[in-house]
Amino acid sequence: MNILVCISKAPDTTSKIAFTDGNTKFDENGVQFIVNPYDEWYALVRGIELKEANGGSVTTITVGGADADPIIRKALAIGADKAVRIDAAEGDPGSVAAQIAAYAKDQGFDMILTGKETINYNGGVVGGMIAEHLDLPYISLATKLDMNGGVAEISREVQGGVEVVEVDGPFVLSAAKGMAEQRIPNMRGIMAARTKPLEVVPAADVASNTAISTYALPEEKGDCTYVDADNPAELVRLLNEEAKVL
Amino acid sequence: MSILVYSELKDGKATKSGLEAVSYAKKASAVLGGDVTVITSGAIEGDGGMGAYGADKILNASEATSDSQQLTRLVAAAAESTGADTIIINHDATGKLVAPRVAVKLNAGIVAGAIDVPSNEGGFKVKKGVFSGKAIAEVTVTSAKRVVSITPNSFGLHEAAGAGVVESFSADLGGAKVKVKEFKPTSTDGSIPLPEADLVVSAGRGLKGPENWGMIEELAKELGAATACSRPVSDIGWRPHHEHVGQTGIAIRPTLYIAVGISGAIQHLAGVNASKVIVVINKDPEAPFFKAADYGIVGDAFEVVPKLLEAVKSFKNN
Repeated sequence: MNILVCISKAPDTTSKIAFTDGNTKFDENGVQFIVNPYDEWYALVRGIELKEANGGSVTTITVGGADADPIIRKALAIGADKAVRIDAAEGDPGSVAAQIAAYAKDQGFDMILTGKETINYNGGVVGGMIAEHLDLPYISLATKLDMNGGVAEISREVQGGVEVVEVDGPFVLSAAKGMAEQRIPNMRGIMAARTKPLEVVPAADVASNTAISTYALPEEKGDCTYVDADNPAELVRLLNEEAKVL
Repeated sequence: MSILVYSELKDGKATKSGLEAVSYAKKASAVLGGDVTVITSGAIEGDGGMGAYGADKILNASEATSDSQQLTRLVAAAAESTGADTIIINHDATGKLVAPRVAVKLNAGIVAGAIDVPSNEGGFKVKKGVFSGKAIAEVTVTSAKRVVSITPNSFGLHEAAGAGVVESFSADLGGAKVKVKEFKPTSTDGSIPLPEADLVVSAGRGLKGPENWGMIEELAKELGAATACSRPVSDIGWRPHHEHVGQTGIAIRPTLYIAVGISGAIQHLAGVNASKVIVVINKDPEAPFFKAADYGIVGDAFEVVPKLLEAVKSFKNN
């Protein structure tokens, strides 16, 4: 089974978010970068589990500069077999998807897995865009993926429940919580990762249709109004009369 | 210039998300100009309720489908037929399947998870939440066509007159490669899906065990709210994964979020801080969540929640 997992570099979940250059750039000062959690915990680990059960190979793919290499090595330490980095400045989601699709189209992958979104841009569109470029089925927000022969059985979140679907043939999937359990790389994995191939490929000629012009921080909340623990009726009154939400 | 909205139908009527998308499109049309046309698939009753929210025309394909490739062909054909340059879709489970595909098919820039109507000064710009709600970005779209998917509950429902003319529509949808085998409802008691809920009651490790969730469910039921939980609680298995709200779970923006026994880690706050009003109940006065709260009660959940439930019941009875 030939599995491609898209992994992206994201700031650690505890990062303080700040901006520079007139609020046009993310301030990376002091920020620790990690593999986007949805990509790592769910898509990558499930890909590795399927490979371990069925044989085959897991390749990771990342669009970005050499500063992404440490997070790519971590994915290799967790258990991916090889990694590809498309040497392009990270553009908008459309260009990232076009880059990955351009690489993947002749490689015969049985499945392409992504996280359900990145925790920095929260768009969740790269998987669907890759699928459209490659004319493949797309299953978003998948919480379970099993292979029965060549047929994939996938559970995915839909409004009001979970839908179980079957796909016969290659597909693109975005992974959500429930798909797999986080794996911590062990020393053997970390040592092995140093010798695994990290192939750097040139960027395809693709354009961005969007750009982030400015960032802003949400408005500061006012002070918390405390209500006596013995008098929750006062809270109900405030929610009704002051906040007008009841 | 015209705007096309994709809206889902349920029992012949637009869903709440669908009506929110129509409301958004109507407001956007005041900025961008043009009519609001809706594309739907499946049986429709009258105008599906969409005329009252600003839909001028509703194109209805009688064949219902949930396959992302088929829906993409349907929406793209409708965009071509109406000459729409702005396509609006909800950023919900179906929208996440369809919007990115439509963007590629139409060579359109996409803004996924918009939280405000577009501005058209100095280019087409839309605001969206980034860094899991810890910041807001203004995205400029430079392509001639654009797809905007709206974060549920970010805009709300706003009535506005539209002609609501329904026309049947057909397009070559091709075959479906994804076969739906089964639908398992999240709950069978008719409770509200979390991303769409206006009111949410959430609880964390402070509840000490899954056996204590009865009072949370009862409070939620009395309020007509959905229930949610913090990450540790779903990781331990006290509550199902789909209830986990936060940076690595679901990001929500209800009108009212009541957090019980949740300390308010930065990752949890990231998924809920767009809520309009936050109430925190925690026995630790130093819990960081109080800094993000509008209203707080310092007290033991096991004493406060039953009293709050009684207060809500008494409020509703008067």
